[in-house]
Amino acid sequence: MPTLVLNNVQKSFGTNPVLQGIDLTVTGGQMICLIGASGSGKSTLLRCMNLLEPIDDGTITLDGVDISEPGYDPQPVRQRIGMVFQSYNLFPHMTALDNALLAPRRVHGTSRTELEPKVAELFARFGLADRMHHYPDQLSGGQQQRVAIVRALAMKPQIMLFDEITSALDPELVGEVLDVLRQLRTEGMTMVLATHEMGFARELADTVCFLDRGRILESGSPEQLFGTPEQERTRAFLSRVL
Amino acid sequence: MPSRRQIFEARQRRRANLIAAGSTGAVLLALIVLVPLAPGWEAVQRSFFNGAVFAKTFPGLLNAFLMDIAIFAWCAPIIAALGLAVAVARDLRTPALYPVKLLAIIYTDVFRGLPVILVIYLIGFGIPGLGLPRPWNSPYIWGSLALVLVYAAYVAEVIRSGIESIHDSQRAAALSLGLSSSDAMRFVILPQAIRRVVPANMNLFIALQKDVALLSFIGPVEIFRQAGVYKSLLANFTPYVGAALVFLAITIPATRYADHLMNRQRKARS
Repeated sequence: MPTLVLNNVQKSFGTNPVLQGIDLTVTGGQMICLIGASGSGKSTLLRCMNLLEPIDDGTITLDGVDISEPGYDPQPVRQRIGMVFQSYNLFPHMTALDNALLAPRRVHGTSRTELEPKVAELFARFGLADRMHHYPDQLSGGQQQRVAIVRALAMKPQIMLFDEITSALDPELVGEVLDVLRQLRTEGMTMVLATHEMGFARELADTVCFLDRGRILESGSPEQLFGTPEQERTRAFLSRVL
Repeated sequence: MPSRRQIFEARQRRRANLIAAGSTGAVLLALIVLVPLAPGWEAVQRSFFNGAVFAKTFPGLLNAFLMDIAIFAWCAPIIAALGLAVAVARDLRTPALYPVKLLAIIYTDVFRGLPVILVIYLIGFGIPGLGLPRPWNSPYIWGSLALVLVYAAYVAEVIRSGIESIHDSQRAAALSLGLSSSDAMRFVILPQAIRRVVPANMNLFIALQKDVALLSFIGPVEIFRQAGVYKSLLANFTPYVGAALVFLAITIPATRYADHLMNRQRKARS
């Protein structure tokens, strides 16, 4: 089981501090939800975990290895930590199947014939068996997002990061994507979600973290955070969104 | 039964078409009537629009145009390959490969900054001047090289603009899957970028087709040169008009096709 530990993580864009000392531990099999207003640093935090953004200070360790050390090769880390984006970011010039096959083929050097049945099984598991050979622009938003999840899963990651993956979807398509997350949860996948779906966070998260101006202001079990928030700002945020 | 609006719009359309046809006809009529009234018209007609000369020289011109097509045909793939290589070189981020990047930048700056004819003269006369043995003193080789160098610089810039037009989220998605930077470029960014700049590159290749005629200045007998030969033989400019018609027969359909591709792309993206 993987363990990802963030210690005093700091990050600024220019003079704008986005993360101001984040401490967070992700242990295997857990699901952590990050909530908070836009601009509170949720997305940046996820991008830092996946080393898409270098951090300015602090450390991120994966199974005891400091992966945030400047110059550390990010590729093997990203192979273990999958990420799904708000805007799907599927490769528009490839079919859904080729989207999912590209990385395992190139990175692991596995042949297409060997991979295809396994990846096809993933598509089937998430109700996309008949959409495998479609191009992204032939799919609905919900289908595209599910393909993006399958694409990340095809690399067999140990941790999955989800960056507001339902925010760009029409309301009636949100459910099918959340169902995929529920399914992953029952399979024991380790997950970190930035989300605005409070009901979902309440239902499934082990830990909910409230981010405010680049800090984790408050965290705890869903009952605790949604039921008896301690901080005034948390209460104010929750009263606006619930 | 058409609706009121349909009837109204059909009437508007008929009216617009009628006016357009009427005014075009009036202009044409004026040209046909007025131009021959010019004092030098008969002389111009004899030396530029001479039917007999046209019939006599046109097959020879077509034959010479095969040389233009051949030069184009061997230059175009080399230009495409070199342009792509230079575009990718300009995007290199590895410090050790900085000299390659610098060279690519200097190369595009120099060859986009020079008139094509000047490059053809410098290379076409300069390199054979080294006294190289046959066939290495051929103007075909060095003239083609000049075209390749100039046009690959333009193609490289067009491809680079395509690379830059691909949103960074595509690169982020590729990297987040654990792909290397070069794989992200090769499998994710470049295929999309190249597709996006196909129309712009087509326009460049249409321009190349015309600029092949510039090689005539250093020797090769292609259509422009052949027209010059006929002009001297027959003391008549009609062969030049014939050559112009041949070029137009190729470039107008090609330009229209490029426009069509560009429109389709614009619609697909909106």
